[in-house]
Amino acid sequence: MTMDPLTAACPLPLAETERVLLGHGSGGRLMAELLAGVIAPELGLDGPAEDAAIVGLGAGAGPAGDAEVVVSTDSFVVTPRAFPGGDIGELAVNGTVNDLAMRGARPVGLCLAYIIEEGLCLDELRGITASAARAARAAGVRVVSGDTKVVGHGAADGLYITTTGFGVRLPGAEVSAAGARPDDVVLVSGPIGLHGTAILSVREGLGFDGEIASDTRPLHDLVAAMIEAGGADVHALRDPTRGGLASALVELAETSGVGVEVDEGAIPVPGTVAAACELLGLDPLHVANEGCLVAFVAPEAALEVLAAMRAHPAGAQARPIGRAVAAKPGMVRMHTLVGATRVVDMLVGEQLPRIC
Amino acid sequence: MKYLDEYRDPALARRLLADIHATATRPWTIMEVCGGQTHTIVRQGIDELLPDGVRMIHGPGCPVCVTPLEMIDKALSIAAWPDVIFTSFGDMLRVPGTSTDLLAMKARGADVRVVYTPLDAVDIAAANPDRQVVFFAVGFETTAPANAMAVLRADALDLSNFSMLVSHVLVPPAMTSILDSAANEVQAFLAAGHVCAVMGWTEYEPIAARYRVPIVVTGFEPLDLLEGILMAVRQLEEGRHEVENQYARAVRRDGNATARAAMRTVFRVTERMWRGIGEIPASGLTLTPDFARFDAERRYGVAALTADENPACIAGKILQGTKIPTDCTAYGTICTPRHPLGAPMVSTEGTCAAFHNAGRR
Repeated sequence: MTMDPLTAACPLPLAETERVLLGHGSGGRLMAELLAGVIAPELGLDGPAEDAAIVGLGAGAGPAGDAEVVVSTDSFVVTPRAFPGGDIGELAVNGTVNDLAMRGARPVGLCLAYIIEEGLCLDELRGITASAARAARAAGVRVVSGDTKVVGHGAADGLYITTTGFGVRLPGAEVSAAGARPDDVVLVSGPIGLHGTAILSVREGLGFDGEIASDTRPLHDLVAAMIEAGGADVHALRDPTRGGLASALVELAETSGVGVEVDEGAIPVPGTVAAACELLGLDPLHVANEGCLVAFVAPEAALEVLAAMRAHPAGAQARPIGRAVAAKPGMVRMHTLVGATRVVDMLVGEQLPRIC
Repeated sequence: MKYLDEYRDPALARRLLADIHATATRPWTIMEVCGGQTHTIVRQGIDELLPDGVRMIHGPGCPVCVTPLEMIDKALSIAAWPDVIFTSFGDMLRVPGTSTDLLAMKARGADVRVVYTPLDAVDIAAANPDRQVVFFAVGFETTAPANAMAVLRADALDLSNFSMLVSHVLVPPAMTSILDSAANEVQAFLAAGHVCAVMGWTEYEPIAARYRVPIVVTGFEPLDLLEGILMAVRQLEEGRHEVENQYARAVRRDGNATARAAMRTVFRVTERMWRGIGEIPASGLTLTPDFARFDAERRYGVAALTADENPACIAGKILQGTKIPTDCTAYGTICTPRHPLGAPMVSTEGTCAAFHNAGRR
């Protein structure tokens, strides 16, 4: 050690805003700032932040005619690549299938791109690809195109997957992140927090491995059943992935310009998730999900849509958790267990475990 | 879920609240010492349901918040060494030092890692003999035993590449410092349950007697806090000033002898700077001479480093309970969880962050 540590003190006085932080990828407030401040303006994107885009092909589009195609893309960088309940291959298919479904689309096909770090075992690659293929078959989508790149050792972490999906809008579907209206009933399709705690549990060796498994699953059939039951009364859908249920609710509240009131006691947090979150100092509302959705449904259709959800395996534990209101647009408020009210906000950056 | 659901029961919560309302006949001011308790109180909105005049003051028990600025600067200085793996509990990473924070240093290439236990830092040191591993040992009596265990294990493994930046603080001296202050308004304390699980409550008995102040050892779940508040209000109404134990499922009068023995072996009591409060005599822990070779301040020559606080931040008054976050002009404007100016805005246990996350404006 020849460096004088006092002159080394904070040798890098640049503000944090000048570099990308890990927290910029956590699906919370930081990511929203990155999108709104850097990415969207450069690309001229000014519409509401949706999970998938609807692209009209126009009259001259050949056999497709006036059809509307729904398109979405997503990259998957999860560590570890295999976890209780799934792996990165299955996740990459289900994730994009679900983004399409959240726009009321029936997924049709997928493009699959790999970025592979040199040294990855072929057996592992084979297994992950087989898993992606199984997930695609199960979801009824075809993998129609792909790309494979290999980068040097250390330039990536094993394997990254990008999937781009396309689908067609379900008849009668009119869901949008901007579609929620006052008096809508807020429904969730099942228990929250499973994916994030499953990943953390294996990553940190917490020993919950046997008890918590990721909820990764395709949700498009569930969505189709909901649209069939509720049609255009299903106003907004979101799968609360990174940033968790809290961030999804805040995004929908902000994009739709409604207030949201939820009941803490109604939110389905499995006991193992609650225990893992207590241990790690995390809020289950901020933990990622990969197999549930939150829906805003007009009150007159809510019971029917809820019944349709419960009749589907992916929504067997669906339940109402609250209501949209006209007051305090953009704000999510929660009635706590003891009967008070607090505001629920997005995750800021990375989920940082508390000390004690 | 055992030990969780039964302490969050809404019907029992309403009954305890009704008891508090029936018991309180006068205004009372109670301080919960621990940041974990503040987190639950604000998250559940418990303070808003108390009778008019029964006021909770949020105490200095968030370890992130009371760690002095100069200690953050020392951490940043050490993390800048190219051969150092700097390890820390997660919520220290976002605490602003004079010019940057550990997360930003990480983004610029420093090897900064979150660990869930200091023993993980020892494992990292054992696995990386060509690197120096430094652990940021912050916290109260709660985290001190595990940190002591880490030093003992590093000693047993004869690791020359492991050291600790120690900034441990102790609860009772902070309580007496608040009680001694001319501006003090605190009439009763909820003592921190997990600190007492280690230390027991014998050291609180002289404080309760000398200052004639009720002290209730209290847990962290909503029902724990409501029951702790009820017990404190009862004592105040009846003119008693005793140490009572609400958190009987975790705390015994003598605490945990094994944990205390590990602490005594590795640490000795020393004066300590508290962020926003200043130096309090005999209020912290540092390594004993036998284990001084694990002292990162010595190893990296940063012991003399000092720093000045941002004058706009009223963290000191917040931590002493004489101001609440909404009194601060920076709160919610230039100081947010996204851009914290002072430490109470960083950890979810910090009073300012707890207020902000609960949407209090």
